[in-house]
Amino acid sequence: MAVFNLNINGKQQQVDVDPSTPMLWVLRDHLNLVGTKFGCGVAQCGACTILLDGMAVRSCITFVDSVGDKKITTIEGLSENGDHPLQQAWLEHDVPQCGYCQAGQIMNAAGLLIANPHPSDEDIETAMHGNLCRCGTYTRIKAAIKTASSS
Amino acid sequence: MTIVKTKLDRRSFIRSSVLAGGGMLLGFSWLASSCSTNTPKELSMPDEWFEINGFLKIGENGLVTIMSPNPEIGQNVKTSMPMIVAEELDVDWKNVIVEQAPLNTDIFTRQLAGGSQSIRQSWPALRMAGATAREMLRQAAAQKWNVPIEEVSTGAGVLVHRNSNKKIGYGEVASAAAGLPVPEEVELKEINDFSIIGTSRKNVDGFKIVTGQPLFGLDYKKEGMLIAMVAHPPAFGMKLKSFDATDAKAMPGIKDVFVVKTYNDDYELQWSDTTSFNELVAVVGNTTWEVMTAKLMLNVEWEPISDSNRMNVPSGLESTADHIKKMTEAGAKTGSEVRRDGDPEVAFKNAAKIVEQIYTAPFQAHNTMEPMNFFADVKEDEAVLAGPIQTPEFMEKTLAARLGLPLEKIDVQMTRMGGGFGRRLYGHFMVEAAVISQKVKAPVKLVYSREDDMTYGVYRPAYHALYRAALDADNNLIGFHVRMGGIPSSPLHANRFPAGAVDNYLAESWSIDTNISTGAFRAPGSNFNAVAEQSFLDEVAEAAGKDPIQFRLDLLKSAQENPVGERNDYDAARYAGVLEQVREKSGWESGASDKNRGVAAYFCHNSYVANVVDIEMKDGRPVIQKVYASTDCGIVVNPDAAVNMIEGSIVDGIGHAMYSGLTFNEGQPEQENFDSYRLIRHAESPKEIEVHFVKNEIDPTGLGEPPYPPVMGALANALYKATGERYYHQPFVKNTFEA
Repeated sequence: MAVFNLNINGKQQQVDVDPSTPMLWVLRDHLNLVGTKFGCGVAQCGACTILLDGMAVRSCITFVDSVGDKKITTIEGLSENGDHPLQQAWLEHDVPQCGYCQAGQIMNAAGLLIANPHPSDEDIETAMHGNLCRCGTYTRIKAAIKTASSS
Repeated sequence: MTIVKTKLDRRSFIRSSVLAGGGMLLGFSWLASSCSTNTPKELSMPDEWFEINGFLKIGENGLVTIMSPNPEIGQNVKTSMPMIVAEELDVDWKNVIVEQAPLNTDIFTRQLAGGSQSIRQSWPALRMAGATAREMLRQAAAQKWNVPIEEVSTGAGVLVHRNSNKKIGYGEVASAAAGLPVPEEVELKEINDFSIIGTSRKNVDGFKIVTGQPLFGLDYKKEGMLIAMVAHPPAFGMKLKSFDATDAKAMPGIKDVFVVKTYNDDYELQWSDTTSFNELVAVVGNTTWEVMTAKLMLNVEWEPISDSNRMNVPSGLESTADHIKKMTEAGAKTGSEVRRDGDPEVAFKNAAKIVEQIYTAPFQAHNTMEPMNFFADVKEDEAVLAGPIQTPEFMEKTLAARLGLPLEKIDVQMTRMGGGFGRRLYGHFMVEAAVISQKVKAPVKLVYSREDDMTYGVYRPAYHALYRAALDADNNLIGFHVRMGGIPSSPLHANRFPAGAVDNYLAESWSIDTNISTGAFRAPGSNFNAVAEQSFLDEVAEAAGKDPIQFRLDLLKSAQENPVGERNDYDAARYAGVLEQVREKSGWESGASDKNRGVAAYFCHNSYVANVVDIEMKDGRPVIQKVYASTDCGIVVNPDAAVNMIEGSIVDGIGHAMYSGLTFNEGQPEQENFDSYRLIRHAESPKEIEVHFVKNEIDPTGLGEPPYPPVMGALANALYKATGERYYHQPFVKNTFEA
């Protein structure tokens, strides 16, 4: 076990965990931030996507000892009042069906818009390739990202 | 005005202290959702709730809580079922809070997510719940004003005395209304007067979903809760031989390692109890990562089963190559006859042309994005369970038998599910969680890894179909023969189209036993029948030199005017209706599209869906440019959500037909995570989906499943146009596009 000081959603948080613990489980089990979802554990589904200094990463393979002082953003910290343009667009397009993958989709899209504020359809498809949606809401996700990118 | 007797449903109105008071393990904030997506914080909670009946309660300030009785798996019933209650209650939707009901068979019937039946079967009860409450509120207002009830009308949560124009909010008479007797009969609204049903309302959990609030079983937490995982045999047809827990127990955070027996030997399995692995090794510890890590340190020996009453047959360790061989052999032999019309043998003997093809589809894993999991807190005299389950009522009975507790001592809470697709009809994981909690005497959350989830599935069976059609010299379809089977069950629906449209018809069925656990998968049977039958009809139409839509419409006309046989289970006019609509909306006849087009239509779960798929080839790969859908599911309760469901079904159907399959080697699934099991991804989904509904006033039928199967047939037919090759074997990518 080792103590890590993490910057999560603008707050300093301290955890005492095994250094090999993925951020996914640090967030979910130790910090009670369960918006970041467990889907596959091997970076193949994107449900666990968080931002690390504004870049979308898979928290299931991001080990706590690799984070250092980088700023972590989770779905809970994407906006203060749940009104990030992506969150608003997601509600406008009523995207979710089961809803389980959507936090990861939104976080991955947030990373995309930081890097590329006005993505083309192809940019969106490429950037979102790693995020599975088992309910098949891909067309709405794309529409919501386009709405958010034009707001 | 429609007057209905409430008597038949009096059981629904038994007053329940469970709902009014305690019992809500998860607490109000966890299970309740605001219907107002934009201003969730503006709603102020009332000081007091008055329970009018088991479906709803009204606060003194007019806020209404409506219970959503059925499990939510993404089919959006948590929004659409309360909409139906709110409609008849005649209340403003923005003043409604929706709460997930717990399992309570005293109040609710059929609390099950399956068969696309939630709305269809609850439609009368939901309307009656709202209408009865409205009647009691009117009665309370009439008594307060001392006027006849006939003079009291309602509108958006307000009671009005017509003659004096006096007004009073529902909340102000809720207390009085709650004390009134349940009326003997109530008025239901006319369909034309609906103001909530038929209008698009946002997902009541939308805000919580996009802000990452706890909703799902895997998010569940309780003070002192431990985490458990289980190790199951690596192959179907194997069982536990021995294990050494020393290394795993020595890992940090680990509390215990032991064997879990899911079902007792003398227990008779219910349909929702399917299991292939009755003995598992459980690892229990403090946190998920610690348990995952410790599980890797388990030293377990497994052995092939010789004989066990928990296995289907001693058929050994099965491989996909054997399955294909066995299915090919079975498909070549006469099956058991399920339906015969006319004299099919003579028709084929006299045929000028015979078309014959074989279709296959592999096992498939459900792969809900939220892996199997469940919370259990089992004490000596009571048990609390919370998590994602499609069949809470059935599983409560299983739990009662396994734990030796009476039903009323088992409290089952339903969390929002990260997908179902049929997988969560089978709740062995719920029993495993309960048995583990009982053993460690602590609240436990059982968590499956993705690998656990994919390799201990209750899979879609593998299927095989032989289709034959006899055409006469004038290209009339004079004989039709289908022989279908599967491992372990046949998907045949012998009384579906084109049965009823052909004079000489023969349907046969066969099945092959297996040790692999299988079960319902979105649109069971239909998810294969539609692609096989609709591809085949396309080929028959081509052989007959007919337009594929007109060919089907001619058959349907014949089935409508001169039905053959009496057991045809579809309405030919409604079937034709969706085909006609999709023909018109897609501009099929004008030939305006330069795309490679395919069409299909199918009926299942009481609804009719037709699709046209447009494909363009780019760099040797098919790009799905557009999919048109026409659906007849009766009254559409929540239109935009229904469109979403249909869009998702189309993406899902294309994905599974193109990419998904599970293969076995010596009983072991060869895919165990999403790096090897292919699911459709963003860029592969259609660029555009256009959804239409046939408008009518028929009571609503299914929607979670019916839009899933037909698109696969339309896809296969469009691929044929695009590539010149027919696609008989799923997944289609194996055919040409893989390299």
